[in-house]
Amino acid sequence: MVETKKIFSQKQVLSWMCILIAVLPLAIPNMNFHHVMIMFVIFAALGQSWNIITGFAGQTSFGHAAFFGIGAYTSSVLFWKYMVSPWVGMLLGALIAMGVAVIVSYPCFQLKGHYFAIATLAIGEIIQQIFVSWEYVEGATGISLPILPEGFLQLQFHQSKLPYFYIAYVLFVLVIVVAYGIEHSKMGYYLKAIRESQEAGEAIGINPTRYKLFAMMISSFMTAIFGSLYAQYILYIDPFMVFSLPLSMKIVLLTVLGGLGTLYGPIIGAAILIPLSEYTRILFGGTGKGIDLIIFGLLVVLVACYQPKGMIGLFGGWARKGQRTGGEKGE
Amino acid sequence: MLKVKNVSAGYEHIPVLFDVSFEIQGGEVVAIVGSNGAGKTTILRTISGILKPMAGEIEFLGERIDNIPAHKIVEKGIAHVPEGRHVFGKMTILDNLLLGAYTLKSQEDIRSVLKEVYDIFPKLKDRENQKAETLSGGEQQMLAIARAMMSKPKLLLVDEMSLGLMPLLVDKVLSILKAISERGVTVLLVEQKVQEALEIADRGYVLQTGRVIAEGTGKALLASERVKRAYLGM
Repeated sequence: MVETKKIFSQKQVLSWMCILIAVLPLAIPNMNFHHVMIMFVIFAALGQSWNIITGFAGQTSFGHAAFFGIGAYTSSVLFWKYMVSPWVGMLLGALIAMGVAVIVSYPCFQLKGHYFAIATLAIGEIIQQIFVSWEYVEGATGISLPILPEGFLQLQFHQSKLPYFYIAYVLFVLVIVVAYGIEHSKMGYYLKAIRESQEAGEAIGINPTRYKLFAMMISSFMTAIFGSLYAQYILYIDPFMVFSLPLSMKIVLLTVLGGLGTLYGPIIGAAILIPLSEYTRILFGGTGKGIDLIIFGLLVVLVACYQPKGMIGLFGGWARKGQRTGGEKGE
Repeated sequence: MLKVKNVSAGYEHIPVLFDVSFEIQGGEVVAIVGSNGAGKTTILRTISGILKPMAGEIEFLGERIDNIPAHKIVEKGIAHVPEGRHVFGKMTILDNLLLGAYTLKSQEDIRSVLKEVYDIFPKLKDRENQKAETLSGGEQQMLAIARAMMSKPKLLLVDEMSLGLMPLLVDKVLSILKAISERGVTVLLVEQKVQEALEIADRGYVLQTGRVIAEGTGKALLASERVKRAYLGM
């Protein structure tokens, strides 16, 4: 990250990435490809949201599917039962997810390191169980959203996937702007200080609980928004889809593969994992189930062994090598 | 300036400190010395609010501070240099220092205190854009002290700064602490290196298994038979 800054600023690189992502679906007018691109921006944004609490603040959450699911369920239930516009449901779901995040993480922040991670894992599972046995939301059967005529207000499009893509894309860009803003604000530094050493952070006067809570609120809010969007795109949800541990793990893995705690990481990670899983699914159908995760697992192991900073470390490594041959004096 | 009255403290119901009392006057350098497990670090953690005392009172500038959270205590003017340095390794030296100025609100204040800190630690200025993890142990210790100085403390708590430093560097860091105290900052340091610490301290307390067993001026303690036998091997 720091290394690339020397050639192009972080802002420039991110802008070019975003522009590229915006024009790709227009350049390749293929339904399957559009679907992959939608999943890609959704997961890149989820990774980015998760990155704020785990990458910046160092609090490993294995339960982000809970917020995703709360977002998906809030908008879906409101839409299906009361015909409330999904946009309203999206905002409401995000607020509820934020509320749940506060209630749940406040006590959990008393735990440190692995214990916090385990607690988030357990909470994710508990919330899934609640939804499985909750009749009001159809329990394990899930909710099929009513099909309405196309329209922005009801967030349904049947002719083309492009409107979904661009809505997801705009939200994705907003998430990046927020993450960028946090990284370069004082809060970003406080979060990183807490990540590096909570005790030292406290010793210089930072209130760690407050900033971790802020980070968690922002992260859960954004995660829930994409839950609503996902529900509206697939038009069917059940607890095993939106509250699943594999979903939490997917968010974790793609960010770690790309580069934890960097703005590029989730984008790079999603760009590898999502096409991989979607295309293997298209190629092999049901028989190939899980093959994407096998390949992805292998990649994660390789990255963990050779490039612990994530794929982003590769770029950093190249940039450094370039500098060294440029005749920089060593320390 | 700081009054510690009959404080008992510990971890998860296991008491470490028993009825510890001591006092620090403004402008002093006070050393608390003792062996491993005597409770030295626990005292500092209790003063800076990371640990709550089970009994007793702590007063700073006439105000009770034992019931307020750690991050508020920094605002009152107590800075803690934690044991093992804890610099923010992935950040530059400058960022580490600026984070230390968390409690200062005006940019002007921050600039002036940064200048002052660079006066005391000129080496850090030369390397301000270097990542903290690339510094040597001694330099990291300097950075940890410098970072604490950035909050413009009235009282500086220094925990075991000699840990993992070669003897030459220990002397150097100690002389810096002396220089800091000459700028009007009161220093409370906790040390295992009994001799070196007592040499620069105005006064000292000897701690053994959670109790203060001796106190006096640094020189008097160094001369006392008990300290000589127990800690200096004479």
